[in-house]
Amino acid sequence: MKLDPKIPSGPLEKKWDSHRMNLKLVNPANKRKYEVIVVGSGLGGGSAAATLAELGYSVKCFCFQDSPRRAHSIAAQGGINAAKNYQNDGDSVQRLFYDTVKGGDFRAREANVYRLAQVSVNIIDQCAAQGVPFGREYGGLLSNRSFGGAQVSRTFYSRGATGQQLLVGAYSALSRQIGLGKVQMFPRTEMLDLVLVNGHAKGIITRNLVTGQIETHMADAVILATGGYGNVFYLSTYARGSNATAIWRAHKKGAGFANPCFTQIHPTCIPVSGDYQSKLTLMSESLRNDGRCWAPKKQGDTRPPHQIPENERDYYLERMYPSFGNLAPRDISSRAAKRVCDEGRGVGPGGLGVYLDFSEAISRLGEPTVRQRYGNLFDMYHEITGESAYQQPMRIYPAIHYTMGGLWVDYNLMSNIPGLFVLGEANFSDHGANRLGASALMQGLADGYFVIPYTIGDYLANNKEKRPSVDCPEAKAAESEVRDGIKHLLSIKGKKTVNDFHKQLGKILWDHCGMARNREGLTQAIGQVQTLREEFWKNVNVPGESSNLNQSLEKAGRVADFLELGELLCRDALEREESCGCHLREEYQTEEGECQRNDEKFAHAAVWEYKGKNQTPVRHKEELTYEQVHLTTRSYK
Amino acid sequence: MNFKLKVWRQADQNSSGSFETYEAKDINPNQSFMEVLDVVNDDLTKEGKEPIAFDHDCREGICGTCSCVINGEPHGPENKVTTCQVYMRSFKDGETLTVEPFRAEPFPILKDLVTDRTAFDKIIQAGGFISVNAGQAPDANALPIGKEVAELAFDAAHCIGCGACVAACKNSSAMLFVSAKVTHLGLLPQGQPERNRRVLKMVDVMDAQGFGGCTNTGACEVVCPKGIPVEFISRLNRDYLAASLAERPESE
Amino acid sequence: MILKRLFHSTIGKKIIMAVTGLLLFGFVIIHMLGNWQVFSGSEALNEYAVLLKSKAAILWGFRFGLLGLVILHIWAAITLTLANRAAAPEKYADAKSLGTTWASRTMTFSGVVVLGFIIFHILHFTVRTIPGSPEYFQHDEKGRHDVYAMVVHAYRNPLIVTVYVVCVGLLCFHLSHGLQSMFRSLGLSDRRYLPLQIWFARAFAAFIFLGMSAVPISIFFNLKNF
Ligand SMILES: Cc1cc2nc3c(=O)[nH]c(=O)nc-3n(C[C@H](O)[C@H](O)[C@H](O)COP(=O)(O)OP(=O)(O)OC[C@H]3O[C@@H](n4cnc5c(N)ncnc54)[C@H](O)[C@@H]3O)c2cc1C
Ligand code: HEM
Ligand code: HEM
Ligand code: SF4
Ligand code: F3S
Ligand code: FES
Repeated sequence: MKLDPKIPSGPLEKKWDSHRMNLKLVNPANKRKYEVIVVGSGLGGGSAAATLAELGYSVKCFCFQDSPRRAHSIAAQGGINAAKNYQNDGDSVQRLFYDTVKGGDFRAREANVYRLAQVSVNIIDQCAAQGVPFGREYGGLLSNRSFGGAQVSRTFYSRGATGQQLLVGAYSALSRQIGLGKVQMFPRTEMLDLVLVNGHAKGIITRNLVTGQIETHMADAVILATGGYGNVFYLSTYARGSNATAIWRAHKKGAGFANPCFTQIHPTCIPVSGDYQSKLTLMSESLRNDGRCWAPKKQGDTRPPHQIPENERDYYLERMYPSFGNLAPRDISSRAAKRVCDEGRGVGPGGLGVYLDFSEAISRLGEPTVRQRYGNLFDMYHEITGESAYQQPMRIYPAIHYTMGGLWVDYNLMSNIPGLFVLGEANFSDHGANRLGASALMQGLADGYFVIPYTIGDYLANNKEKRPSVDCPEAKAAESEVRDGIKHLLSIKGKKTVNDFHKQLGKILWDHCGMARNREGLTQAIGQVQTLREEFWKNVNVPGESSNLNQSLEKAGRVADFLELGELLCRDALEREESCGCHLREEYQTEEGECQRNDEKFAHAAVWEYKGKNQTPVRHKEELTYEQVHLTTRSYK
Repeated sequence: MNFKLKVWRQADQNSSGSFETYEAKDINPNQSFMEVLDVVNDDLTKEGKEPIAFDHDCREGICGTCSCVINGEPHGPENKVTTCQVYMRSFKDGETLTVEPFRAEPFPILKDLVTDRTAFDKIIQAGGFISVNAGQAPDANALPIGKEVAELAFDAAHCIGCGACVAACKNSSAMLFVSAKVTHLGLLPQGQPERNRRVLKMVDVMDAQGFGGCTNTGACEVVCPKGIPVEFISRLNRDYLAASLAERPESE
Repeated sequence: MILKRLFHSTIGKKIIMAVTGLLLFGFVIIHMLGNWQVFSGSEALNEYAVLLKSKAAILWGFRFGLLGLVILHIWAAITLTLANRAAAPEKYADAKSLGTTWASRTMTFSGVVVLGFIIFHILHFTVRTIPGSPEYFQHDEKGRHDVYAMVVHAYRNPLIVTVYVVCVGLLCFHLSHGLQSMFRSLGLSDRRYLPLQIWFARAFAAFIFLGMSAVPISIFFNLKNF
């Protein structure tokens, strides 16, 4: 596998400018002759499809939801970063760049991150012009909030629905192009395979989720922006439909999968309440500004919280991280909560929860102030749990929330398969081993509005051979493979439901490849996943037919892919013998339980090559070289 | 808790449907309505029957995918929530819940509880945007917008396009949905150049898609999970009238 | 362009309904005030009737104007109602009112009854063929049509009184929603005014009901010496 990151030469600040100068252009009159497939309509895909159509390309856009407006980007609450320095508090492109690289625990590619920081400012302009109602001050200018991992206020927001508003912006730009006939939209359509012709990505195989029809779409280039794969853990803050199918099948066709084990866990989610649970809901991190985390000191203490006296409570974050206290970063507070629960001191059903207590804040600030600050979050908590956080502490527990890993891409966002571009959460590019809050939205839109429109032109201008037809042998072969796969799934008619398998897989991964990992657990998990996968192909029951709307079949295909990806996750975690960012290997930690990074051996992206069914995949490396930043140890004590 | 679910089953768009009754036993009051459907579906699968098809995705009230009518109420009995945010403690133990799809001519039923709402997308495609290509935007702070206006615009922009307003309206009118978009963009200075054109185009397509007119009954506002108020409909009417008066024949 | 929009779009039709509804409402108010002349005795009412009919051109202009308004209002009402029904052909098994008022859900019904009433009413008092009896054609001592005698005679009949009170009741039911709907359709509502407008519509509807039915009721019960 050849991994050329194609980082332009020259000083960091100049790379993007000079690179754009060197990229080949497509003649405007010819653009409409090029067909581009965009899979995904979230912030990454939606913005890319709209922008490419604006430039004149003929675009086909696909999503599995019934409307492009429903991509999971819609669920982002907190905000989007940009180095605007509107607050005059010392922000700059350089600082945003540095914070992001450091936040990622020095496992991201410098040049990409620098470019991200550079174009971040244009994103805010673009979105404001589209009518995104950002929060404003009375003077009419844009307002900012602070977010974890930064000492400046650079996060733009739209109340608690920033992702929704940004996505509606991208969706409206996309809709405009659909209305103009420049984009052909295919909702309720799932990509099931990638078509390679002469080693180049030239098409996809899809299933119409309503009619069940299998179709081939050919193009001059294919863009995947299909989001993260966190649902491999079953319970997560992702939408139920979020899946890895598109990137996984591309991976099986040769695309390198980078850093699959870099998965982020968000510390403040509403805990699991029973085994019927289908989804975990995120509560904004901002709650930790006034809430205090604690657990009973005694194991198995089942008294209601108000009956536990002060001296029998353990305010564990304040104890372990006196200087950051309850505001310790995501990975660190998640791990601390897990440790407390592992010691048998967890609260609530199954002992998987800790308290986030506002009683001190309520007596200090008064209930009205607390209501004003967090009212909507308290309401949401009440809606879900039926409990009032004004009267009793909230129960929280960490949950899977983001995947930094994804398909490997070079500086042009092209994977190692020529013509296959990957944007947004689906690629691995900008967040290293840990993503800072409010920077995923930034990355998705940067990729779609401001990077791909330039870099795709270069590929197209350099590859002028004719677009293969839908009847070419490569397409036919891929199509029949997809049909066989579906037929196979439907023919098993075993005893267990798809959900049963998904839940089991999730449990294996959460237990052994979740917040803390170790050699023994991971080795065990690999075996368990393999066994489960074998059982799946013998004993799954997928009811119904393939010729109509069949949600069990959709889900079965996705879980089949998760069962393969899950193994890779464990392998990657096993091979990365260091702790960095969200990846904590218990063997590699300091005495106080902090990450011990190994820059000598692991300052690289691990890129996996698929070697065939039940074959051990091969691990390649892209060495990360840092021209500008110095690798330091993160400390929050 | 135990429930009986009387669920609408329909094989596809061209078939006629009917109700089937299923039991849901030992339900936790904190279980969500959709998680009850999950359990019923797993049971159906194990009995070798076809599970109930229903739309859902984010399960946290923001994507607008979920779309059931429970006991005659789109998005169920609670105010300002979506179907995925309905919890079983809202119902009485032993109750029979009637579960239907959104019903409206412009939203054909695709299967069981799944409806096709692409008519909404067509309305947005007609004009629910501000025409600005990537890269054309001026500095975001070059155009100050008062806080009150920005907040009101957000209220309107918060619509999730779920279609409950249409489902609740006795005329299957899409006016609340359209008014939310027209209000959102019409309030902002960026939205002014296309304001007239936008409202005319969107209403044209709204009518062409077969949505009914609004007789101001107000059911839409009651079921809207995002609290879009009917006053926006009035605003839409005003904008439409103003735009019609200002309209000149298009020169080709 | 504007005409095309008014006559072809759902919103345009609602604007037509609102404007015609408003003018019809104006007529109802004036008509009610005129009807109150009956309380001032025979002289006043008969003279008023003459005044109304003194210039044929004005009278017929007025009549055609009213007819036009009614036709437009009803045309818009019927086409919209048909479109609305086509848009929502299926009802829910367990239908709920979802915060809507009974009046708002039965506008077409109340409208049709009002139309029937208007026809009946014109045949009753203007053409005077229903129920048709000599008292309707009398002339007073000054040779004017004795409208007073006609009205008083008519409302001695309990059946006629019932028809009038019920129909006027339905008209007001229609107006209790129609008048607020009108503000909204014309784009005159917002957060502050909407509650006021709802209040206004209900108050005026009640006022018209009381004012209109005062005539037949007080004659029937002879509350004044008619
Ligand atoms: C609850 C929550 C809160 C968050 N809050 C923040 C925040 O405050 N700030 C921040 O910066 N980030 C936040 N994030 C992260 C951020 O929202 C996501 O990383 C980002 O939006 C991903 O965008 P995307 O375009 O890559 O993917 P998505 O928005 O997930 O879009 C994926 C698209 O691909 C399509 N698709 C997927 N698979 C297929 C297939 N096989 N065939 C066809 N189509 C397919 C889907 O239909 C969809 O259109 C949050 C995430 C979550 C879950
Ligand atoms: C004197 C007679 C009438 C008066 C004063 C009157 C008045 C009104 C008014 C003010 C409205 C509100 C318009 C709007 O919402 O914009 C209205 C609506 C309506 N009218 Fe009438 N109307 C009369 C007769 C009729 C008749 C005869 C019909 C018969 C079919 C009718 C059917 C309707 C309907 C269907 C509506 C729409 C209701 C709605 O907006 O909910 N009306 N009317
Ligand atoms: C109960 C109360 C009412 C009384 C006592 C009453 C009385 C009359 C009388 C006496 C006339 C005939 C006038 C004449 O020919 O000289 C008349 C005409 C008429 N009334 Fe009424 N009316 C009542 C209610 C209504 C209502 C509720 C409406 C409308 C919705 C209405 C609409 C008309 C119309 C359209 C005419 C014909 C006017 C014309 O000749 O051009 N009336 N009414
Ligand atoms: S207006 Fe409300 S009910 Fe209608 S689509 Fe928008 S959010 Fe849903
Ligand atoms: S329910 Fe229907 S009638 Fe109008 S006010 Fe809402 S659209
Ligand atoms: S599933 Fe997303 S709003 Fe209900």
